[in-house]
Amino acid sequence: MDTPLIRIRDLCKAYTRGDQSIPVLAGITFDIAAGEFLALIGPSGSGKSTLLNLIAGIDTADSGQILVGDTDIVTLSEGELADWRSGHVGFIFQFYNLIPVLTALENVELPLLLTSLTRHERREHAAHALDAVGLSDRLDHRPNQLSGGQQQRVAIARAIVADPDIIVADEPTGDLDRVSAQDILHLMDRLNTELGKTIIMVTHDQRAADAAHRVRSLDKGVLHVSD
Amino acid sequence: MFLIRLIVKNAFRHTLRSFLTILGITVALLAFGLLRTVMDAWHMGVEASSATRLVTRNAVSLVVPLPLSYRERIRGVPGITHVSYGNWFGGIYIDEKNFFANFVVEPESYLALYPEFLIDPTQKNDFLRDRKGAIVGRKLAERFNWKVGDTVTLKGTIYPGQWEMVIRGVYDGARPDTDLTTLLFHFDYVDETMKKTSPSRSGQVGFFMLGITDPDLAGEVSRAVDDTFKNSQAETLTETEKAFQLGFVAMSEAILMAINLVSYVVILIILAVAANTMAMSVRERTAEFAVMKTLGFKGPAIASLVLGESMILSLTGTAAALALTDPLAQAFGSTLSQYFPVFAVSRETILIGLGAGVFVGLAAAALPAWRVWNTPIAESFRRIG
Repeated sequence: MDTPLIRIRDLCKAYTRGDQSIPVLAGITFDIAAGEFLALIGPSGSGKSTLLNLIAGIDTADSGQILVGDTDIVTLSEGELADWRSGHVGFIFQFYNLIPVLTALENVELPLLLTSLTRHERREHAAHALDAVGLSDRLDHRPNQLSGGQQQRVAIARAIVADPDIIVADEPTGDLDRVSAQDILHLMDRLNTELGKTIIMVTHDQRAADAAHRVRSLDKGVLHVSD
Repeated sequence: MFLIRLIVKNAFRHTLRSFLTILGITVALLAFGLLRTVMDAWHMGVEASSATRLVTRNAVSLVVPLPLSYRERIRGVPGITHVSYGNWFGGIYIDEKNFFANFVVEPESYLALYPEFLIDPTQKNDFLRDRKGAIVGRKLAERFNWKVGDTVTLKGTIYPGQWEMVIRGVYDGARPDTDLTTLLFHFDYVDETMKKTSPSRSGQVGFFMLGITDPDLAGEVSRAVDDTFKNSQAETLTETEKAFQLGFVAMSEAILMAINLVSYVVILIILAVAANTMAMSVRERTAEFAVMKTLGFKGPAIASLVLGESMILSLTGTAAALALTDPLAQAFGSTLSQYFPVFAVSRETILIGLGAGVFVGLAAAALPAWRVWNTPIAESFRRIG
């Protein structure tokens, strides 16, 4: 494996329900290389989305380390994590999660509001990202004027517009028909191979998992090697 | 700018819900404004009072008269510049529903004490010269379409009989709160008649109106007047015109308190409605807020979006209400002019209404904004499945 971009060490996470503590991740340790396209698979409740959330810095671990470069994101405060996410992580969700009142261009522009770019520069970057996902003719369309596949492309443009190192995708093809799903997987492959983005994808879909370069499976909070 | 556009778009995302919320805020603040204006109108006599006028009445009760002969002794009290007198006449014009205030007064001294009554000098002279003459406020004249020279007959209640008089003048007000709904006519006209029909009731007045040189002397002069008649058959109570008017208002204190309470309850009700709107709106967009946090927006930024939406809804409703309060109050006031001589929306009412609108906007957003700020991202995503 190349130099790891992400090093996960003895990561534990449990949820509390009433008086009960329900372990979700039990001492996960593994590395993800820079430029890797990794698929996390496993049955429902296996902890794969929780692991993805922890790697993306949108959930907090009970113990262990997640070293991204030299930064242990487990130790960051909420505010520091927000800054870290905006600079390092792009997100793709199963249900696209676009803001319905904004156009495609405005949705993609949204993460750039946290940068020092001017309005003109922001719009230029957003238009460029939409062009990269093949939606240059849909800039002024609102999400409800786009198909599911097109909405997911807008979400991908939003994920890459700030040029993050890591892209996390939670079931990116879960809400799409077969053709659209294939398009999205092809696009993600291009992000990985042409732009060198490190992609971590959670999926139930075997075809999606097959598109990844490496597959790890989770079962009852324990990581298994699948490839 | 981008975020402001986003706030505006979100505020009107559900057009009907936003419209109904704004309408609710508008109606509530209109009700608030009108109720407060009713209270102000009730206190109008107090506000219009002069600091240099005192009222002397019988210490027992306002309905117990004082001898007219007290006039000269009162005039002798140091610090007093004018002494006038009069009585509530309580006459009915055609029908009881045509109620308006009417007094018999000593006209020359009375008008000297009320420089805010603006009357044409010729009309004033005609009024002073004609014992059966009367003057009326502009609003009262317009209400009954009376003109100078018209003959008006009042049916006496306190002073029995039909009292015919001629309108000799119409007065305007030097100030916005001047009562223009009153009819004044000659005390002598009534008193001379009473001498013939009911001699024991002549030479009796309901009140003396005193003018003083300096408002600071009010307490001293009042005491001096009352001391003058101490241990007499008709002891006096002298107080400032403001205190005298407050005495009338105090009779309706329970009603005023109820109106005041209702005006604030209205605000609380609309706060609940606006808070419900914001809670629904935020709950529906849990995922959107979670996504924005995921992208790197922090709690305060997200909370300010919620606050901004709430303020837009509330201030739109407030602006509409404040714009409509005055025209509505004018319409309301003209309908009820016989009860409320002055029915004007005060600056204080407008400012309190604006403050209430801001309060509703802030308070309605407080809990949803706090929740959005503090709910962890992963929990937000779990909540929406």
